[in-house]
Amino acid sequence: MIKAILVFNNHGKPRLSKFYQYFDESLQQQIIKETFQLVSKRDDNVCNFLEGGSLIGGSDYKLIYRHYATLYFVFCVDSSESELGILDLIQVFVETLDKCFENVCELDLIFHADAVHHILSELVMGGMVLQTNMTDIMSRIEEQNKLVKQEAGISAAPARAVSAVKSMNIPQQIKDIKLPAIKDLKF
Amino acid sequence: MALKKVKGNFERMFDKNLTDLVRGIRNNKDNEAKYISQCIEEIKQELRQDNINVKCNAVAKLTYIQMLGYDISWAGFNIIEVMSSSRFTCKRIGYLAASQCFHPDSELLMLTTNMIRKDLNSQNQYDAGVALSGLSCFISPDLSRDLANDIMTLMSSTKPYLRMKAVLMMYKVFLRYPEALRPAFPKLKEKLEDPDPGVQSAAVNVICELARKNPKNYLPLAPIFFKLMTTSTNNWMLIKIIKLFASLTTIEPALGRKLTQPLIEIISSTSAMSLLYECINTVIAVLISISSGMPNHSASIQLCVQKLRILIEDSDQNLKYLGLLAMSKILKTHPKSVQSHKDLILACLDDKDESIRLRALDLLYGMVSKKNLMEIVKRLLGHMERAEGSAYRDELLYKVIEICSQSSYLYVTNFEWYLTVLVELIQLEAGSKHGRLIAEQLLDVAIRVPVVRQFAVNEMTNLLDTFVVSAQSNSMYEVLYAAAWIVGEFSSELEDAEKTLNILLRPRQLPGHIQGVYVQNVIKLFARLATTCLELQDVPGILRVCDHVLDKLQHFNGSSDIEVQERANSACILIEMLRAQFTSANSTTTTLAETLEANVDMLHVEDENKGEQEQSTVDGIHTANIPTLAIEIVQEMTLLFAGELIPVAPKAQRKVPLPDGLDLDEWINPPPPEDASSSSSEHDKDELFVSSTYGHVDGEGNGSGTGAGKRRQSLELTPEQLERQRMARLIEQSNNPHYLKSSPAATAAGSSNNSNADQYDNIDDIPITELPLDMEGVAALRVGVTKRSDKYLLQEQEHQQQLKAAHSSRGSKDSKKKHKKTKKSKKSKNKVAYNSSSESEEEPKPLHIVNTTLDMPEGVTMSDSEDKDGKYDPNDPHRALDIELDIADFDGPTTKSKETSRKNLKAAEDTATAATTTTTAAVTTTSSSGKKEKKKDKGKGREREKTREHRTRKAHKTHDLIDTNSPNKTIETTTTTATTPQQGVNNNNNNSTNNTSTNQHKKKKKEKSEKGDKGREKSAHKSTIVEPLMDVDVDMDMLQQLTDNAIELPATKKKHKKDKSQHKEKKHASKSQQPKGESSLLDDYEQPLGISTPSKEIF
Repeated sequence: MIKAILVFNNHGKPRLSKFYQYFDESLQQQIIKETFQLVSKRDDNVCNFLEGGSLIGGSDYKLIYRHYATLYFVFCVDSSESELGILDLIQVFVETLDKCFENVCELDLIFHADAVHHILSELVMGGMVLQTNMTDIMSRIEEQNKLVKQEAGISAAPARAVSAVKSMNIPQQIKDIKLPAIKDLKF
Repeated sequence: MALKKVKGNFERMFDKNLTDLVRGIRNNKDNEAKYISQCIEEIKQELRQDNINVKCNAVAKLTYIQMLGYDISWAGFNIIEVMSSSRFTCKRIGYLAASQCFHPDSELLMLTTNMIRKDLNSQNQYDAGVALSGLSCFISPDLSRDLANDIMTLMSSTKPYLRMKAVLMMYKVFLRYPEALRPAFPKLKEKLEDPDPGVQSAAVNVICELARKNPKNYLPLAPIFFKLMTTSTNNWMLIKIIKLFASLTTIEPALGRKLTQPLIEIISSTSAMSLLYECINTVIAVLISISSGMPNHSASIQLCVQKLRILIEDSDQNLKYLGLLAMSKILKTHPKSVQSHKDLILACLDDKDESIRLRALDLLYGMVSKKNLMEIVKRLLGHMERAEGSAYRDELLYKVIEICSQSSYLYVTNFEWYLTVLVELIQLEAGSKHGRLIAEQLLDVAIRVPVVRQFAVNEMTNLLDTFVVSAQSNSMYEVLYAAAWIVGEFSSELEDAEKTLNILLRPRQLPGHIQGVYVQNVIKLFARLATTCLELQDVPGILRVCDHVLDKLQHFNGSSDIEVQERANSACILIEMLRAQFTSANSTTTTLAETLEANVDMLHVEDENKGEQEQSTVDGIHTANIPTLAIEIVQEMTLLFAGELIPVAPKAQRKVPLPDGLDLDEWINPPPPEDASSSSSEHDKDELFVSSTYGHVDGEGNGSGTGAGKRRQSLELTPEQLERQRMARLIEQSNNPHYLKSSPAATAAGSSNNSNADQYDNIDDIPITELPLDMEGVAALRVGVTKRSDKYLLQEQEHQQQLKAAHSSRGSKDSKKKHKKTKKSKKSKNKVAYNSSSESEEEPKPLHIVNTTLDMPEGVTMSDSEDKDGKYDPNDPHRALDIELDIADFDGPTTKSKETSRKNLKAAEDTATAATTTTTAAVTTTSSSGKKEKKKDKGKGREREKTREHRTRKAHKTHDLIDTNSPNKTIETTTTTATTPQQGVNNNNNNSTNNTSTNQHKKKKKEKSEKGDKGREKSAHKSTIVEPLMDVDVDMDMLQQLTDNAIELPATKKKHKKDKSQHKEKKHASKSQQPKGESSLLDDYEQPLGISTPSKEIF
């Protein structure tokens, strides 16, 4: 069983937290903090297993994590899971994210936390591994996205237009317009 | 109406959506809390709207806020509203929020039952899917009971997606509502043979979880799993099955016999590391469960250990870690086979990875021998000096003590060395929490190894002198407890007792219990000093000591600890009594030189024979100088501490039979009647006490307990009473079963330990161990070396060298060189193998012998624990799931299939026999199947070959699933500011994995494996072996191609560059819209995760 799945960045900011056992919010934050402290002080070339912290788990639980660029993906699992299997599951998860977001980076996870949750729910359900086959996972996600699009239809058009305008962020665009430096201008 | 709706929509258009919220939070870094509370107010507003889309948006925002640590349970009702929306979009958001913030105790959940039921039965499979996903996170016992039937119906849905989710969901239902297990089980079992691999895998997953806690109920399913194991190609599922078998074999060893062969086949054939590892684990479990009787038992252990060695030697730290982990399991039952890989494990001690070092430390326990203990401990001490982080230091300290003290110091040959190590551990100031542990070790060694006592008291004196109680809240000061006790108890070994006494009397800030020990041992030392002074007729000496002690004890008198006060006061009074004798004697008599000399004679006599001495002192003439009473007081004081303490086993209490007529539940003193006088009850007590001493009926006190009690009491007693008590104690000791009596033969050697022993008639009472007095080391001790314990190592090495030289002349030069090296340069030592010379070499002879006698009741072993089920968790939901399932009924189909289908004959037979071995007596089947099994194995082998062929074909298909797109996915390493080297490596890997489509691997299997090994050694590709989840045999191909493609690499790289530049543009375009606030961090966050490249991990 998987007890928790945490994603946080190099500074310990949570990007995704999924607990399959109930902890109240403050305890969740403590767990994230503690896990970050445990994981972050480890070099990149050491092994990916860690005997769990004090808050989560106990002797039967292990932290299995992977570090991708700015993000840590940490799974807290008990002894019924295969260590290497979970490592691979993390890989599948991240690859799926990569496909869904087309070159995933931390920003994607920041702004689409809900989508990440939906993707995760196709891999793991209630702490148990649901599906490990990427194509199956992708087809499920795509079908659901199609459903959402259908439902949105025309009624959501104005809202989408507004959000498009919002995200255009005109002031920034203006700033981004690069005028040639004065000394380069030839009169 | 419609107009209103449109208007509402339009107004809400400018509400913040999730993206706005996130952006806002990021722009308000300084006052995040304020901004969020403002947002929460807005969300509350939005939740009051009628428009479901608005609510939906609000709930989505709440879910994000929840992740940041804010409680959102107040919005529970709104979340349920959103969940009940008919639109999938809203429903999904609602269920996500619910799964994040609801929990089984949420009261709101009872509102949801019907809504969830509706969703489960929805036409749209994704409605039901989302409901199941959400439900799995917050299902309560009530929901489980009410929805169990609906979920069970979903298990036979036509859609595999729902079947799969429903099967997993059932596990959660079982946990909350155990009654559902029995009716649902037949269906669950059916799903093991579901046509959809996902459903099958889910069913295996659920049964594995169930069987992990209650394996015996699932034993009858073994044949089905056996079949799945031999036919399945899904590695994920295979791992689960193999793990399940590991838990099944613990209760049914017969199953293990059946399993080993196929497992070993998988081990030698598979290339998926995860599968290989789990197979090894299960084989280990099997081998542990069957103690003996396997024909190729040692062979399979050997295979496992060899494979583990390969794992440990791998450059991949993960495999190294797991290899060590599995080794520790073997170590418990087959220490010999692990010990042959000592070199490897010891090398892991120097690994840079703490997890790996800790695992190696676990194994060390079985690695030490008399020969290499010093070397290993030296290494560990070196680690302790370097290690940062007190947790790791503590662990090291603990391990050092553990490996040294295991099985009564079996491997410690020189206890002076061990004591030095302990003192060094104390001096390392590791901020350790193991102070008490070290103290116990010091006491244990000093008590059980009499020969080392002289060394110990000197070391302890130094320790008492130099130890600085640091302000840190560590427990290292506990060692002072041990040190003070040792110098006091074995004061006869001290060279300069007065110096030690002064050290003890120094005013220091110490915890009460340690001060108490200080005072007690000050008295011991004082008694010792007084005796010597008497012997030397040194009256001024006695007086000086008396005054000094009296003066310094004032400090303890003022202690805040009541125990210390009491002890110090008693001691003061006792010494004052003695002092008073001298002053009165001095005032009345004059000192005469003649009498002095006469006295000397008398006192010598006194030493030899106590009875005579007492006679002579009564004479009175010679007491002019030293008053009789003073001598008696001193004698009694020494007697108080005479006798030797021996270790008592923790369970010695059991040895004491319950005396007849003793009812422990009875009142010891009947509750006092109202009119009872106090005097009568006191009388009662007295009687009880006396009877307990003489009739040794005391059920409670073991040796030390009563002893301490008496010491205290005797302080106030008159000499006559003391004498009487002493006699009583002697009688008690001779009768006391706790008190160990050594054989008379041993007495001669040890008598020097205790001069007072001569005074006893029955010397036999004093336990003494005969010891070889080999004190060569002591001379060398005085040399001040920084690392004092090293010296012992050198000594031993030299000794061995001499031995070697004596034994054979050849090769002696080499060894000398080696030893010289170790002496000269500390650094080079790390590379020197721990006495890697052959095992046949003689073990060093122990310098000291441990007294291993312990008071132990018969039939009790040290290891059996009183509370075996300490780990037992009363709240474990699995306890309720311990339900007998009548699985036997369902075995029908599998046996029938044997008759119906001829093709599957062999496999079915296999399963059938497995079934019989598990259900009926194992003896008959195993004996009869001798020859048949071989045939079967052949047949099975053929079939397995077929399946493997099939598997590999499939594997090639599935293999591409993960990797086909890899080239397009390669990430633009150039755009990122910081690219990890890992990414670079991974890119290479991509190139090579692309081309894995050839099918030649069958022909050249051996060749490939060789090449594969070569491939491994090429460092660039070493860590980049890719195995997709589903394949079994592909790895070798890939390895081959890794080597083959090494040359083609540049070409493919060019192509990648093209891809990269394309991506760069795209990325740039998409991200340039980000607002300014983020731009500073943008580089960082935009850094791709580098996942496009498959993992270095293996599957």
